[in-house]
Amino acid sequence: MIGPGRALDTDRYYVISSNVVGGCMGSTGPSSPDPRTGRPYGLSFPMITIKDMVDAQRRLVAHLGVERLLSVVGGSMGGMQVLQWMVSYPEAIRSAIPISTTLKHTPQQIAFNEVGRQAIMADPNWRGGDYYGQPPPAKGLAVARMVGHITYMSETSMEEKFGRKLKESKRGVKFSPEFEVEGYLENRGENFVRRFDANSYLYITKAMDYFDVAGRKAPSEIFRGLKAKVLVVAFKSDWLYPAHQSQEIVKACKWAGVDATYCEVHSTYGHDAFLLEVDEETRLIRHFLASTLNGRHHEPERAPSHEVRLPGHR
Amino acid sequence: MRLDYRVIADWVARDSSVLDLGCGDGELLSILVAEKGVRANGIEIDEQAIYKCVERGLSVFHEDIEVGISGYPDESFDYVVMNGSLQQVQKPDAVFREALRVGKKLIVGFPNFSHISSRLQMLFSGKVPVTPSLPYQWYDTPNLHFLSISDFHDYCRLRGLRIEGAAYLTKDRRVSVLPNLFAEQGLFLLSKRPPAEAHPGTPREDKDTS
Repeated sequence: MIGPGRALDTDRYYVISSNVVGGCMGSTGPSSPDPRTGRPYGLSFPMITIKDMVDAQRRLVAHLGVERLLSVVGGSMGGMQVLQWMVSYPEAIRSAIPISTTLKHTPQQIAFNEVGRQAIMADPNWRGGDYYGQPPPAKGLAVARMVGHITYMSETSMEEKFGRKLKESKRGVKFSPEFEVEGYLENRGENFVRRFDANSYLYITKAMDYFDVAGRKAPSEIFRGLKAKVLVVAFKSDWLYPAHQSQEIVKACKWAGVDATYCEVHSTYGHDAFLLEVDEETRLIRHFLASTLNGRHHEPERAPSHEVRLPGHR
Repeated sequence: MRLDYRVIADWVARDSSVLDLGCGDGELLSILVAEKGVRANGIEIDEQAIYKCVERGLSVFHEDIEVGISGYPDESFDYVVMNGSLQQVQKPDAVFREALRVGKKLIVGFPNFSHISSRLQMLFSGKVPVTPSLPYQWYDTPNLHFLSISDFHDYCRLRGLRIEGAAYLTKDRRVSVLPNLFAEQGLFLLSKRPPAEAHPGTPREDKDTS
């Protein structure tokens, strides 16, 4: 999605893509050293929210000397950050593209996250979050990721990808993975463990669960006065962040008189679609950014001098 | 330019706001933006048409008209356009009332079912008519409701609407004589009757007599 000639065209735009606070691949998180002790924070790291992530991004953007962004773009949790930008810093954005996301986490979404967290915390290696320098709670984190991957796919995409096919190499141990889908999930879980910190998983999933961008206000109130153009994208087979949740965003935009566009892309990939249906997203985002830049009707694009921010996704 | 688009573009005031219900690939809205500088919005159910609208720089919603129209506050738009979509929705009366709530004025266009070619086909072949303005077979038509220009006059009277403009068209010309018989398409500019004119005289257009 990011690169020369792509949706976020680096020949045309400056693209800022930062990791989120609480994460483990850039910004400060529970695995970062606590300056007071010199040891990783672990659970002494404060709870974080999507708003904290966006506040940190706002400071980064200010640090770079950018007053106004051409757009903020993101899918899933990145989409929550986009919505938070629309509410917290409406003056700082000319457009916003929330993809496959929601105004607030629902009980079902919280429930799946909680299963993941419980899997991590049930791993004896977790040790109350104080496992750094020792074997990490790999099994717990892998199970959390397996649950996640089930929610990212659809019944159709699993049927197409795996069916009831059996793995070629079996270990000959009772209850070891024998269906392809089992092998796939195990593999995804193991890969994830290599690149992700279990405590970050706890903090970040909790931040998503706390997310309710309207809070006590009516959704129709939160975007009032927003001058940014909005492009909302959802995918038909996504049952983790179903299209009707994107339609709630659309409804709030309509009620507030915000200039908005909505597209519900046909896809069988489930929530993964926002990472896979690149052609459709490119078609939408390219033209939407161009019309944000040039006004309503397209003129030949000007020299690149605008920034797009891409919040880290799931 | 399509004749019905020409008529609509002449009716719409400069710098006004327009919601097109069933905007297709956004051709009409683009004309209105270019000619009249309108703030344009559209609702369209077809995904490929949505991409074309976005390519034209239009703001559109990919959804069912019957759901999408209810999301707007009262009188959000100067004009709500239903050109060729009224006869395709499940509940035209419900959509029509919502469109009246959301728009200050309404522009409605529909294929005239009582055009002479339809009448003759019904009479002589005994089959459901297939005409240039109604080119579908009964088993694959998107049209759920069939109405004539006379039917629509009755409906406007029933709903207490003022007909501010009417155009009766074939593909390439206007029809002035017996429009209910010779026009393939009826196009109307409607407004809510102000309370002071609760029982006014007949609309200023010629009443259809055929």
